[in-house]
Amino acid sequence: MIPEIGEFALILAFCLSALLAVIPLYGATVNNELWMSYAKPLARGQFLFVAISFICLGYAFSQDDFTVRYVAEHSNSQLPIYFKLSAVWGGHEGSLLLWAFILSGWTVAVSLFSRALPLDMLARVLAVMGIIAVGFILFLLETSSPFLRFLPEAPADGVDLNPLLQDVGLIVHPPMLYMGYVGFSVAFAFAIAALLSGRLDAAWARWSRPWTNLAWAFLGMGITLGSWWAYYELGWGGWWFWDPVENASLMPWLVGTALIHSLAVTEKRGVFKSWTVLLAIFAFSLSLLGTFLVRSGVLTSVHAFASDPKRGLFILMLLAITIGGSLTLYAFKAPNVKSAALFSWLSRETLLLVNNLLLTVMAMTVLLGTLYPLLLDALGGGKISVGPPYFNALFVPIMGAMTVALGFSVAARWRETTIELLIKTLWKPATASLLFGLVFAFAYGKEFHVAVLIGMMLSFWVIFTTGQDLVSKFKNAKSVIEKLKNLPLSYYGMMVAHLGVAVVAIGITLVSHYSEERDIRMAAGDSLDLAGYHFEFKGTTQVNGENYVAQQAALLVTQNGTEVTTLNPEKRSYNVKGSMMTEAAIDPGLWRDLYVALGEPLNNGAWAVRIQYKPFVRWLWLGGILIASGGLLTVADKRYRKKALA
Amino acid sequence: MNPKRKKRLIIILAIVLGSSLAVGLTLYALKQNVNLFYSTTQIANGEAPKDARIRVGGMVVKGSLKRATDSLRVEFTLTDYAKNVTVVYTGILPDLFREGQGIIAQGKLDANGVFQADEVLAKHDENYMPPEIKDSLKNKPAGVTQ
Repeated sequence: MIPEIGEFALILAFCLSALLAVIPLYGATVNNELWMSYAKPLARGQFLFVAISFICLGYAFSQDDFTVRYVAEHSNSQLPIYFKLSAVWGGHEGSLLLWAFILSGWTVAVSLFSRALPLDMLARVLAVMGIIAVGFILFLLETSSPFLRFLPEAPADGVDLNPLLQDVGLIVHPPMLYMGYVGFSVAFAFAIAALLSGRLDAAWARWSRPWTNLAWAFLGMGITLGSWWAYYELGWGGWWFWDPVENASLMPWLVGTALIHSLAVTEKRGVFKSWTVLLAIFAFSLSLLGTFLVRSGVLTSVHAFASDPKRGLFILMLLAITIGGSLTLYAFKAPNVKSAALFSWLSRETLLLVNNLLLTVMAMTVLLGTLYPLLLDALGGGKISVGPPYFNALFVPIMGAMTVALGFSVAARWRETTIELLIKTLWKPATASLLFGLVFAFAYGKEFHVAVLIGMMLSFWVIFTTGQDLVSKFKNAKSVIEKLKNLPLSYYGMMVAHLGVAVVAIGITLVSHYSEERDIRMAAGDSLDLAGYHFEFKGTTQVNGENYVAQQAALLVTQNGTEVTTLNPEKRSYNVKGSMMTEAAIDPGLWRDLYVALGEPLNNGAWAVRIQYKPFVRWLWLGGILIASGGLLTVADKRYRKKALA
Repeated sequence: MNPKRKKRLIIILAIVLGSSLAVGLTLYALKQNVNLFYSTTQIANGEAPKDARIRVGGMVVKGSLKRATDSLRVEFTLTDYAKNVTVVYTGILPDLFREGQGIIAQGKLDANGVFQADEVLAKHDENYMPPEIKDSLKNKPAGVTQ
């Protein structure tokens, strides 16, 4: 009964979103206030019914209702309750329902927190989001309903959730990522609404900014969580694989990063308007493309679910309509957009444009590397895969160039900057980063790498230029504390995010060059010395978990004779499907991780063991968290709150 | 030409130059780092290049897995049910590596026609068959389930 209510609620939600897509938009076109004012209640109604549907699915999971096909395929009565609930988005249908749920959530949030918005703008924004909801809910109902039943012969128990997904990381990673993906629909809706009304101005940028920053922060958080999850759960200590699905989340983030900077310029200086709109369209299109890549099964990937061509085609059509429609609209409307202000060749505007171009180029290279195998295969050119060296060769230098530009644009003035001023402001941080980089590169680790020197210099450059800018704010201030209090939150957001960039850069540089790794055969009593640590294998014991049996090894780690820790990596066998899982053991630290994973059992009680030393690996995720928190801080800036409440 | 147009022209030229440079470099990097996929039949027939990094996929023949006693070296046979290729790999095999399952190996073909793998991939969902392997199993005998 409950699953039928879920399905029915979803159908009702579809009807409401269809109304939401049409009525307010028509009202805005003919300037009819009553019709426009339907937008808010419709958005809320849609949210209500999608929420009911979502709760029904969660209920079916919690009650082990294996007559529901989706539940039977992704859950099992032995699963702990929190994994039963997170299994809701453990497969294709449920994760799409989560997508739709989050979309309706963002829609209702816009309707609640945009009181300052003129009625016609709000009506258009909500209507555009309604159009997106129509597409997705239709997709759910047509091809991927999670409420289908296995009747009359329901299985006695479920097939179980993929053990890789039985993890805290999975509880939070997909919702976080989707908050970001789907959140860009708000930026997109604002851009389309502005194009429709012809009001591409500073006010539009100011409305759009907090939403965009929020979505961008969520996406960054989602990517960070995904990288962390892959690190400890996939079992082998990698933190980024250039897997197509990782790329699918990175691309909208890169374009989103360009977008939030471009929006800042549009709000403050009234320029880059058409570019900003284009970026908003691309950011959301890439989010859709990401969904397509993950859900259609065209790609070979950890994340690819079993494929169904009908689904792929449907998302491809949605994608074509979104991109085609919005670009057509753009082509008609954008030429009328006039830039309000002029700026000189050397100014913060130009430098931010450079930042935008670099970010877009990065996104393009990732896009090309991800789609090239698909295109080549479709054209009959053979099956290929593009390896990490391609991405590293292109991505790393552009990222380096971007950190250089970052320092300059923080120091540059709006409108016009002189070379003298730049030299005067930047010679100190430049010298300092050169010195610190040199000292660090020679002092740290066993050997000297040029790449480490460059990487550290660039990281210090970002840190020092950011710090210098903060200090320069106090030049004429009477009291430092007073000044610190008066600086807007969005300024702190920028600082924190930029420092995050430096922290990530340090992490990438050091973990890439100083990691040590050994795969060896170990029997009880065997030991290995790695990076100054002594690992002794004490043998394995059997451990029984809630729904698995594990062989748990014990490795005593000592450094110069003193005990550091005992690591207990496991090899689990899950009861339901008998699938094997490697559960790595990690001794985390700010300066280094010790990482041990069990391979396969060999003869005579020996095991294949992988032992790794990963310096500064935590900095990757720490930096990711800083970048995302920077985005959140800007949203909390009272500038936006006042406007919202007024 | 008025200054505004001149400025616009310079911007456009810069964008065109910059993007063609970027595309050129990208395509060059792509060409250097692409790994072609070959089926075991193609390799056995000598269609695959030696000394280039390639991928091979197929089913692991049951009973073909041999382990060295003192190291992590393993040897197994891959098949597409027509021809076989021997694969040698030193390291830890993925959790889902099993005899009778489809896997993909990356590495180089040596002079004796033995595939020296530096990476072995088995997909994380046991119901999932990499499309490359599915397509290459044209000669699958009836009754063999994947």
